Amino acid sequence: MTVRMSMVKALNTGLRAAMERDPKVLVMGEDVGRLGGVFRVTEGLQKDFGDGRVMDTPLAESAIVGTAIGLTFRGFRPVVEIQFDGFVYPAYDQIVSQVAKLHFRSQGRVRMPIVIRIPFGGGIGAIEHHSESPEAQFAMTAGLKVVSCSDPNDAHWMIQQAIASDDPVVFMEPKRRYWETGEVDTESAPQGLWSSRVVRPGKDATLIAYGPMVKTCLDSARAAEADGLDLEVIDLRTLSPLDLEPVFESVRRTGHAVVVHEASRTLGLGSEISARITEECFYSLESPVQRVTGFDMPYPPSRAEHDFLPGLDRILDAVDRARAF
Amino acid sequence: MNPLTSHPGTPEVPLVQLLTPTGQRVENPDHDFAGDRAEIESLYRDLVMTRRVDTEAFALQRHGELGLWPPALGQEAAQVGSARALRPHDFAFPSYREHGVAWCRGVDPAQLLGVYRGSEMGGWDPADHQLALPNIIIGSQALHATGYAMGLTLEGLVGTGDPDRDSAVIAYFGDGATSEGDVSEALDWAAVQQAPVVFFCQNNQYAISVPVASQSRVPIVQRAAGFGMPGVRVDGNDVLACRAVTERALQRARDGQGPTLIEAVTYRMGPHTTSDDPTRYRGAAEVDEWRAKDPIERVRLLLEAEGTPPEFFTDLQAEADALGVHLREACQRIAEPDLAVLFDHVFAERTVENDQQKAEFVAWRDAIEGSVA
Ligand SMILES: Cc1ncc(C[n+]2csc(CCOP(=O)(O)OP(=O)(O)O)c2C)c(N)n1
Repeated sequence: MTVRMSMVKALNTGLRAAMERDPKVLVMGEDVGRLGGVFRVTEGLQKDFGDGRVMDTPLAESAIVGTAIGLTFRGFRPVVEIQFDGFVYPAYDQIVSQVAKLHFRSQGRVRMPIVIRIPFGGGIGAIEHHSESPEAQFAMTAGLKVVSCSDPNDAHWMIQQAIASDDPVVFMEPKRRYWETGEVDTESAPQGLWSSRVVRPGKDATLIAYGPMVKTCLDSARAAEADGLDLEVIDLRTLSPLDLEPVFESVRRTGHAVVVHEASRTLGLGSEISARITEECFYSLESPVQRVTGFDMPYPPSRAEHDFLPGLDRILDAVDRARAF
Repeated sequence: MNPLTSHPGTPEVPLVQLLTPTGQRVENPDHDFAGDRAEIESLYRDLVMTRRVDTEAFALQRHGELGLWPPALGQEAAQVGSARALRPHDFAFPSYREHGVAWCRGVDPAQLLGVYRGSEMGGWDPADHQLALPNIIIGSQALHATGYAMGLTLEGLVGTGDPDRDSAVIAYFGDGATSEGDVSEALDWAAVQQAPVVFFCQNNQYAISVPVASQSRVPIVQRAAGFGMPGVRVDGNDVLACRAVTERALQRARDGQGPTLIEAVTYRMGPHTTSDDPTRYRGAAEVDEWRAKDPIERVRLLLEAEGTPPEFFTDLQAEADALGVHLREACQRIAEPDLAVLFDHVFAERTVENDQQKAEFVAWRDAIEGSVA
């Protein structure tokens, strides 16, 4: 059965399904209970599951993740919400020093089935600390898995699979796509959390994106049709581990790769992806891998974000640059 | 509402109060407001102007001129009372709601708007006003204040007995912030170092939707003892008491007697920000109870009883109206941010990479504009 809903609602129904399935699943975070979260992703969950399973925590990110670690030792599966991307850093120590390492240190005896949900990225006109893209900082931390959904159907399924995973998952939610609606197939077999997917087949160049930029790339591909260009768009879904086989396969066909993300360019995901494409597809490449990213500056005031964020024009320009090489 | 009911089972901690909600002066054995009527009129002016800044900015947000606004409605006395206790060379570290503190530090209120319009990220030069930039990350400024205070000690600006030298710092944060590790770390370190800092917690009862009892099992003031510093609980809607209590704590700090934690018990009358819907987490009856304790009304009643002439109030009204006009006009004049200029401020010493990205952006924009023209 498919139902049209927003990404917020899709995440909500996904969380609900996971909580119904497994009584050990807990939801914790600032304002997630009574208020339903500042984005309402957890709306109604406390009412139905009680304040033991849906907890309004103190305003303390380090404590939110730190106590989630302790809960896993009792067999719980905490899903914690960091209210905004820019507020994850007080918890960074717990995530990087503890969550990421405990399975390894215990030689597999300790499991960390924690999901850390982070609304991330810009484009909503917010004030500072509310539009950041810290995904690379987690993706480069061995021991963490990092994923990002790009549409409601994926959001609905990926959150459930992340919760079911025995590994810690940093779950990046593209907040600028929260209110966009899409068809959610609530009965289909789960999608592949750990696999990237071709969201639009094409033959002239490959656009590689994740989270908020997937839609922007699809829009770009649609616009490029007018120029007779047929662009393939790949949604990575999983940022760590990266599933690049479909990317390599695509680039071998198209000869051109353009990686798009909002995060700053230097040492962003695009650096790793273009290095890997170069390693794997060197003889198929007709141009150097292009990157379209945010600039290397702290996120600017929101009235300048349209210049900072990759948009249609910058993406299509990169495609032209690649094809004219 | 008795704020203590939110901490069931804990012993009552008295509130310092020098002016009741009906405008009666009351005595307190430890704290006294010695100012004359002119002084109270001047405090009243700050309260009224602060509220005007707030209502005007709120309206600007509703008209789409600002993306967001965190209202200070109801917290004017806590802010004005404490900030007016500062001397010019003292330094303040605010959160994002301290519009009244900014007013008292001489910041043009129009400079508060840029951040919430999405046009800039600062607002003023901290050195011009001895006031740091608004801090959004909850609690971190408590550590900044402690560090600044340690610096004052290192520079010998504490306990000299010279009022022109001795300085102190004040850190503002909310009740929710007391749950962050940074605030505990600041309280601990400041106490151990006997740093000249006053921690001014505006307990406005909520951290977004979460009531203070879910952040702290005891009244916040009681934490002071555990860290090793005095704690004072003050009626945060009483500007005279806030002023007196803060003045005393700042003087202790300047004299080299170390930090104080002040809990100003107040209430956020409006939403957390203009994006918030407070009806989801609190009832109208509670809001009404606090409305009866309005921080401005009680000062008006006192002044009227003390013989302040009606012209004072009408003149002040006119002044507030003028401020409103100023804010509306200034808001329209806020320049659009230019990404090219922003590149210049990523570093003090520019990098090749930074310059390259700027050049890339400028070339790109020129090309786009050329193609549009
Ligand atoms: C580190 C961090 N976590 C979360 C937030 C989101 N947030 C903004 S204000 C707020 C509540 C703050 O409550 P309190 O400290 O009582 O101050 P108040 O807003 O009531 O003045 C929260 C959770 C933030 N700004 N920083």
